[in-house]
Order: sequence, then C-alpha cells, then structure tokens
Amino acid sequence: MKFVGVTSCPTGIAHTYMAAEGLEQAARAAGHEIEVETQGSAGLEPISPETIAAADAVIFAVGVPVRDRGRFAGKPLVEADVKKAISDGPGLIAQAVAAVEEAQANPEAFAESQAAKPAGSRGGGLVSKVDSSAPVGTRIRQWLMTGVSYMIPFVAAGGILIALGFMVAQLAGGKEGAIVVTKLYALTGPPDPNPTHIINIVTDFNPADGMHWAALLFLVGAASFSFLVPILSGFIAFAIADRPGLAPGIVGGFIASTIGAGFLGGIATGLIGGFVALWISRWKVPKGVRGVMPVVVIPLLSVLITGAALILILGRPLKALTDGLASWLHGLSGANLIVLGIILGLMMAFDMGGPVNKTAYTFATTGLAAAATATGSTNLKVMAAVMAAGMTPPLGLALATTVRRRLFSEAERENGQAAWLLGASFITEGAIPFAAADPLRVIPSCMLGSAFTGGLVMAFGNTLRAPHGGIWVTPLISSPLLYLLAIAIGMVITAAAVIALKAAGPGPVKTELDTAEAVTV
Amino acid sequence: MSLITENLVVLNLDSPDRHAATRVLAQALADEGRVTDLDGFLADVRKREEQMPTGLPGGIGIPHARSAHVTEPTLAFGRAPQGIDWGAEDGPATLIFLIAAPEGGGDDHLKILAALARRLMRTEFRESLMNAPDATTVVDVVTREVVNP
Repeated sequence: MKFVGVTSCPTGIAHTYMAAEGLEQAARAAGHEIEVETQGSAGLEPISPETIAAADAVIFAVGVPVRDRGRFAGKPLVEADVKKAISDGPGLIAQAVAAVEEAQANPEAFAESQAAKPAGSRGGGLVSKVDSSAPVGTRIRQWLMTGVSYMIPFVAAGGILIALGFMVAQLAGGKEGAIVVTKLYALTGPPDPNPTHIINIVTDFNPADGMHWAALLFLVGAASFSFLVPILSGFIAFAIADRPGLAPGIVGGFIASTIGAGFLGGIATGLIGGFVALWISRWKVPKGVRGVMPVVVIPLLSVLITGAALILILGRPLKALTDGLASWLHGLSGANLIVLGIILGLMMAFDMGGPVNKTAYTFATTGLAAAATATGSTNLKVMAAVMAAGMTPPLGLALATTVRRRLFSEAERENGQAAWLLGASFITEGAIPFAAADPLRVIPSCMLGSAFTGGLVMAFGNTLRAPHGGIWVTPLISSPLLYLLAIAIGMVITAAAVIALKAAGPGPVKTELDTAEAVTV
Repeated sequence: MSLITENLVVLNLDSPDRHAATRVLAQALADEGRVTDLDGFLADVRKREEQMPTGLPGGIGIPHARSAHVTEPTLAFGRAPQGIDWGAEDGPATLIFLIAAPEGGGDDHLKILAALARRLMRTEFRESLMNAPDATTVVDVVTREVVNP
C-alpha cells in the first residue's frame, strides 16, 4: 500500500525526524511505500498533492497540531502521539493497513464517518490551536488566540481602509475632510423625512468626486470593522466546541457589538457560546433525536441561551455602568483638567471600543457639539486628550512588536505592522487583537500609556475641533508638535510596560500562522 | 564547525538522575564555548523535558532544546553503563544525546540535527556508539554517519 505521514513535535529538532525514520523503516520492512512530511524546524517540504491523492491512508504521528491538515482529508486516518512512531512504527503501519481494509470493506460507513467529523478535522477545514491536554490557563489563552487569529484580517482590512479613507478625504476635502467623510455618506437612505445632506454612495456615487472615493473606502472599512467582535466571539467558541460553537459565538458577538459591550463582551459571549454548545453536544439523547442534534437542537438552544444570557443578564448592568460613568464624568467637569485627562486616558484604553471607551469618547464628542455654539475651549481640550489617548494603544503595541519580536506570535507581529497606521489614524481597535489574546498584561499597559498621554495633552493645553481622524486632522490641532510629543511619550510607556510584563510571563501562544522558525522549545 | 568534538563525549556518565546527567553534558558544551549561559540553557532543556520526558525505548535519552544561549548546533554524547532513568517505559537510558540548537539557526544547521535524529533510529548507529572504545571513535562515527554521510 501507499501511505503518507506527518510527524511533528514541540521543539521540532529531534522527535519529528526520529518518528519519520521510524515510520519509513516500518513501512519498508512491511513492504509498503510511505512519504513522510516532517513538520519540524529544518525547513518544510510539503508532500505533493499528487502523492497525497495516490495514498491509501494517512498517518499522523504528532506532538503539535498538523499544519494544513485539510490537505489530507477524506482518507482513512491513523493518528497517534509522535512517540508512538518512534517506539512502535510497525504497530502504526499495521493500524493504517487495518484502517484501509476497514474502509474498503465498508465504504458507506467510512463515507458517513467522514461526513460526521467536526470542521476542525475535516477537509479544507478551519483550524483551532487548542491542545486539550494543556493546563487551563494555557487553554484559555489558546481559545482567545484562535479567536484573535481569525479576527486579525478584519482588523487589518477595516483599519487600513478607514485610514486610507481619511487620507483621501484629507486630500479631497481639505482640513475638514476627515470629519465630513464619517458623517455625510452612507450605503442606505437617505431616510425619510429626507435630510438632504446624507449622500447615498450606492445610488449617487460620482467617480469624479474625491470625497466619494474617500467615503467608499471608509464605508467598506467600517463594514469590515463591524465583524470584529462577532468573529472574535465566534472563533473563541469554535476553539472550545468546534463547529457547533460558531453559531452561538457569532450571534452572541453580534449582539455584544450591537449593545455596545465591546470586545470584552465578545470574549464573554465566545466563552458562553462555546461552553453551552459543548455542553449540549454532549447530551445523551435517544437515537431518534441524534440525527437532528447538529442541525436543529444544538444551534437552536445554544444561540438562544447565549443571546438571552447576554441581553438579560449582561445588558442591564452594562447600561447602568455606562450611564453611571457618563454622569460621573460630567460631574468631574469642574475638576483639575490634568486629572480629567488621566481618567479619560485610562477609560479610552480600558476596552478599546467597549462601553467604557465609548463613554469617554461620547463625553468628548458631545462636548465638541456644545463647543460649536459656546466658547468651550475646555471641551476642545477634552476632545484632544481623548483622541490622543485612543491613538497610543495601537502605536505602543506596534512599537513593542518592532523592538521585541520574540515576545509576540507571528500573527501578532503582522498585526503590529498594521497597528502603526491604525494608531496614527485614531483607530484604537488596532490594539484589540493584542488585548483579546492577552488581556491581563496588554490592557494595563495600554491604560498606563494612555493615562500619561491624556494628562500630558491637558497639561500642554492642546485643543481639537474634530471628533476623529488621528494625524490626518493635525491642521485642526493647536500646537501639534507638543500634541505629537504627548502621543509619543504614551506610546513608549505602553511599549515598555507591555514588554516588561510579557517578558516576565509565559511566551506567546502559537497559531497556524507561525512558521517553522518560530517553533517553541 | 563540527557537530561534536572529543571534549563533548563523556563515556562514563555516572550521575544520580537525568537532571544531573544533563548538567554534566551541558557543562561540556559550555567549556567548549557552544553554550554561553549554562543555567539559561539548562532551564530551556528542562522546560522541554517537563513537557514530556525525552527518554525513548531502547535505552536512549535525548534531552534537547532550541535556546538563545546556544552558539551553534552541537551534540554532546554521554554513555551511562549503569543506566539513568529518563522517563521511558522500558527502563533507564544508557545512551544520552544532548542536542543543542541555536534559537535562530539556519536551515542547513538544523538539517544536520534532523539527520542526527534519523540516525538515532538505526540500530547499527546505536550499536557502534555503544561499543566505541574511546571518544575519538564516537566522534568519527557521528561525523561519518551524520555530517558526511
């Protein structure tokens, strides 16, 4: 017979190759052919698709998850620990022979078993990087990292498009362009009664108008951003419960996003959805019901329970929290401005788009509206502090990934590159992938840097007349050089704090994006 | 540079347990300048060992790590006639291979270690190491089989 195999181990320098040798020797001795892909650290030479197609069965002897597992789908599979191939290669070959014979003897049962496999282990399937034997702390980080790794493309695409939108708006619309682009354009409407100033980009797109292009970039970016929390939540649940976790996770995340619970709310729904789905999928049910479990019962109940839990249990305290914070902030208006700047900084960095951040941001923008009518330079300072404090988290993390690459996973390092542009554009969400993967170390670091920046902006007395835009609205900022200095200081503080905290604890969780050279010890 | 030298061969490894044995071999690596920080390197090896002991059937122990404290891929070889428990089910290890890989090593270097790992699965290779009369023979066997096959 012809076999293909994959071997791997945590370090990727010894067991991987010994196991490959073990399988090759055993196959040769038993008169079979085998080609083994060693997923170790000495470079990867993938088995060709033709060889895989011609194989009768697949043998995985692995210590870490198989890379690109989907390539081997649809074949009889023998899966074992890497040590098994070293100690008992002939036994694994015998198992593979038996698996082939069984599949040939009963092709229908084999096809059925293939179809019943969860997404994580099936053809072209989605992968999660969860080692079920790891300690709880590690597993939680692996769940979070799975969610983060699927979320990152949405952050990168959305963030960069929005930033590009600001840039184009700056060129086409002048000083106020970056403000106008967020306000005057939409993909629907204008609603009735017709506020004529809203321009529907779908029906009224004008290629000759630069602002329309800016709005197009901005709106597509915003659409991508609206998936951050649902995708994060969905794939955290997926990491916990496999395919049944996706629906409750994504729906829960969407609701978290809608009610303004931010990415922390999304982590909560991901965990809830995952465990509810896992729990239901383990129910012992009569045979007649078993068939409808995956298509009806599990999705129905898990989505309902997750969504209802969020709305009924988390919804009200969340509203109370934001209301309380808002009135507390308004009460502080007369207090020392530097203290207010520090508090706003802490709030901006705490949940990056979640309720606390939104409260601080709304506090600033409503002040801005009031300042348009009155002479409220305090309100303009608040806006300046809030924007600066919202720029430092992604910038600080981008800096940290640049100077201390090893403390971050490959996925995080790539996200770090986009985070420069996102931070500069006041897109605080650029820091979410880092914060969601490692909240306890990243969030305090971001808060520290943002607190400094918020306080410094107040001390410098910068004012800002725009609600958004980052460096693209620099012309609207008073004493911009001092402003940029305040941001740079916060950025360095955040980077230093996150490096110090990460260097002290466990290293990054690896994802499928990690390459051979990043294999852990 | 060579994968192994005569100073990296310990033919009478007489240590009470695998951690002590690893330290003896690692000390040899440090003395040869292959490891810059002995304790840092040992901590890396131990971290790997704690994930799962590296003892294998047939009386073999392969403690190993990729470590920032390693200057180049190196093998330190120890023979323990009385045997040292290395966590394998079928008994203590008599042949100990301490494999040190640098953190950012190039592909070629790591290929040598991969070739070494494959040879460990060959009975003749193990036997010639088991029966080698002196350190020079060990170095010759490894060089012939792994470095210039």
